[in-house]
Amino acid sequence: MSEKKPITTSSEWTFPLLERFDAEIARIAEDFGLDTYPNQIEVISSEQMMDAYASCGLPVYYHHWSFGKQFLSIEKNYKRGQMGLAYELVINSNPCIAYLMEENTMLMQALVIAHACYGHNSFFKNNYLFKTWTSADAIVDYLVFAKNYISECEERYGEEAVEEILDACHALMNYGVDRYRKPPPLSLKEEQLRQKERAEYLQSQVNELWLKTVPQKLSKTSESAERYPAEPEENLLYFIEKNAPLLEPWQREIVRIVRKIAQYLYPQRHTKVMNEGWATFWHYTILNQLYEEGLITDGFMLEFLETHTNVVYQPPFDSKFYSGINPYALGFTMMRDIQRICQNPTEEDKRWFPDIAGSPWLETLDFTMRNFKDDSFIAQYLSPTVIREFKLFSVLDDDEEEELEITAIHNDEGYQEIRHQLSEHYNLGNLEPDIQVYSVDARGDRSLTLRHYQHNRRPLAESSDEVLKHVYRLWGFKVRLETVDPNGKVKWCVECGT
Amino acid sequence: MSQIIDRRLNPKHKSAVNRQRFLKRFRKQIRKAVSDAVDGRSVTDTESSEKITIPAKDLSEPVFHHGPGGRREIIHPGNKDFITGDRIPRPDGGAGQGGRASNQGEGMDDFVFELSRDEFLEFFFEDLELPDLVKTKLAKEVTHKSVPAGFAKDGIPPNLHIVRSLKEAQARRIALTMASRRKLKELEKTLAELEEDGADEETRRDLQKKIDLLKAKIAAVPFIDTLDLRYRNRIKIPKPTTQAVMFCLMDVSGSMDQYKKNLAKRFFLLLYLFLSRNYERTDVVFIRHHTVAKEVDEEEFFYSRETGGTVVSSALEMMRDIIRERYPSQDWNIYAAQASDGDNWPEDSGNCSRLLEEEIMPYLQYYAYIEIDNDYPLGLWQEYEKVAGHWPNFAMQAIDEPADIYPVFRELFKKKA
Repeated sequence: MSEKKPITTSSEWTFPLLERFDAEIARIAEDFGLDTYPNQIEVISSEQMMDAYASCGLPVYYHHWSFGKQFLSIEKNYKRGQMGLAYELVINSNPCIAYLMEENTMLMQALVIAHACYGHNSFFKNNYLFKTWTSADAIVDYLVFAKNYISECEERYGEEAVEEILDACHALMNYGVDRYRKPPPLSLKEEQLRQKERAEYLQSQVNELWLKTVPQKLSKTSESAERYPAEPEENLLYFIEKNAPLLEPWQREIVRIVRKIAQYLYPQRHTKVMNEGWATFWHYTILNQLYEEGLITDGFMLEFLETHTNVVYQPPFDSKFYSGINPYALGFTMMRDIQRICQNPTEEDKRWFPDIAGSPWLETLDFTMRNFKDDSFIAQYLSPTVIREFKLFSVLDDDEEEELEITAIHNDEGYQEIRHQLSEHYNLGNLEPDIQVYSVDARGDRSLTLRHYQHNRRPLAESSDEVLKHVYRLWGFKVRLETVDPNGKVKWCVECGT
Repeated sequence: MSQIIDRRLNPKHKSAVNRQRFLKRFRKQIRKAVSDAVDGRSVTDTESSEKITIPAKDLSEPVFHHGPGGRREIIHPGNKDFITGDRIPRPDGGAGQGGRASNQGEGMDDFVFELSRDEFLEFFFEDLELPDLVKTKLAKEVTHKSVPAGFAKDGIPPNLHIVRSLKEAQARRIALTMASRRKLKELEKTLAELEEDGADEETRRDLQKKIDLLKAKIAAVPFIDTLDLRYRNRIKIPKPTTQAVMFCLMDVSGSMDQYKKNLAKRFFLLLYLFLSRNYERTDVVFIRHHTVAKEVDEEEFFYSRETGGTVVSSALEMMRDIIRERYPSQDWNIYAAQASDGDNWPEDSGNCSRLLEEEIMPYLQYYAYIEIDNDYPLGLWQEYEKVAGHWPNFAMQAIDEPADIYPVFRELFKKKA
């Protein structure tokens, strides 16, 4: 079996060894046709890893107390040994920055390189969501711009004023993304040049809007005038940035920065299962290839299998370790399953997946990685085999019923239902309440009305009141939040401000 | 093509600013937590960090999300014996989630983190409203003194020790040329013998050549080399300080409630901090009293309750005896801190001032007295005012809240500044 000598037998890593492993892994990845950004591999200490953690994994970030809070809790858990740090962190940028912890063993470093630098990296470069919504070339520049801009604002307007805006924006961060429009690519220079113009222009726009809307006549006929905005807007931060009457230009710019970063992070939330599944599939495949070529020893392989098994472990629902479905486990199993369906389809697979059963697996997987996000990926590829393997079952929880009901299990009748429900579970549109800007009372008290379109009668959590206070802080006039049932009837309403 | 970069030497603590922001934002909560922590920790414990707990609701970052209720279907793994159509009772407390671990991440556990020693003291001082100068002095680590400590191979030119360096050079020269010189001697002897014997020219020339070579070799050993240099060395040693003993006297009669005791505790803690900065060793003696005094440990001092009358002089007598027995004033700097709510058996107050003036104050560095909650100054206060008139190192203060404590020590801190 050993055609070549193993690269090393020591579990200590060194820089030459890192280079050697990286070269071998790059070669194998290329043989498998993985298309990646160039890699920038950075070795860091555990403290630095905690720093990186605390700021959403971004290499540069503005300052905010919430990151300090994050850091403190990570530090506490880590020091007490309640939590291990992730072995790696990878940033969707070009070149693709990946952090390796210095505490890792040689094998772990190799695993991380395969996982992050070739797995995640190729996903970032080729998945349609990332291609549409992020621009890897510009992100680091943009983050630098954002950090500098915000610290400049802190100097000029005071930390507290800036913190207030950031707090409010963070509360709405999940509602600061476009789902259907492509953002223009940005670079540091352009951004700085355009920022000033934009600020002035925006302010003039807003003034004009409100000039136009100052009540001219008190006649009732204007009641029928068209609503503003003409169409509901789901990107709340965008709407606020463009329309909030009282914001200063610098405040608008901060709203914009938070919105842009939210947009950049948005695809990650949509592809947790796929992205981790893809990266795990590739570290598994690449490490096995290294082993087959005799480049790593049996000892390395044992260590690898132990780590890998832990990563893809799915505790059952009644285990004390259970905290939902493990995206690594589900993603990896599905990717392996697609490979299996391509290579050794059963009769069942041929019935369920006639178009991929027996097709070349590399091409099929590549197509999958490029064109799906979690919900569509599951809707398309979750096979009966995987459902059986995970022993998935579906529980209906209806507050109008006394008891919970098992609606589907892993049998012939249940597959479709489980696939459908699991896909729904990863549909962010269902997970987050659907809240949109409904109208602005432009002719009256300038109040802003948000509408929550209720789905399955699910109510908003209590914290909504607090969030509304943040919206009020940004908008400056009265803010109303209405919950609307599917028939368009307002069921519940809360107001903030005067 | 990958690039591998070693970032380990980059600065850590990129989050330090964020940490400061966090502490600043939750100043109020942290101050309260620190204040609670002072109540719970030992007077002599001024070095450890502190675990701070803040209620989670105070620092939540709200976002829109679904509350419990409505209709939803959830997929779980690991089915054992459920079949379609089974109905199972809703587990308690788990509205919605089927009682299983929540994946909403909305745990309402309190937020706990460690405050470093310096941060802790900062909050503690803030509570007491100490002046900045005093704060820095108290928070300072042990001071050092620089003393001569032999010689070192590295140093700066002004510290060069010439005699020592030349000695080293000489030793090195001797050591390095020893073998050559011995050989030279032999060769020279042989040469002389050859000359006497009248040996042939060529042999002598050969020998002469060897001799020249050896001489050159000896000459090539440098007179002084950098590795000969010796510098005067100085090391830092902790400043030699003496020892102090601190007497904590507290009235534990029924009228002293836990709030008053906690206030008193801050008073003792501050004095202890001061002493532990200024003296290498600080002993603490706790004496509590009602009608009789008793020497106790810290736990009992702060947390046991007694009822009954109050005879302050009993504590003073005990302190006097302890000083005589264990802390001779030539060896010890003696400090005393007394906390009381001013209650005393009327006939006893005169005794107290007499004891203090005649038998205690002459041996003391400083005596600080606080009276908590004295709306109507009673006999003890008046007697003590007399003592304060005679002794400049006797300080007294009536206090209601932690910020009132510092002025008692103002003189003390000023004197040592």
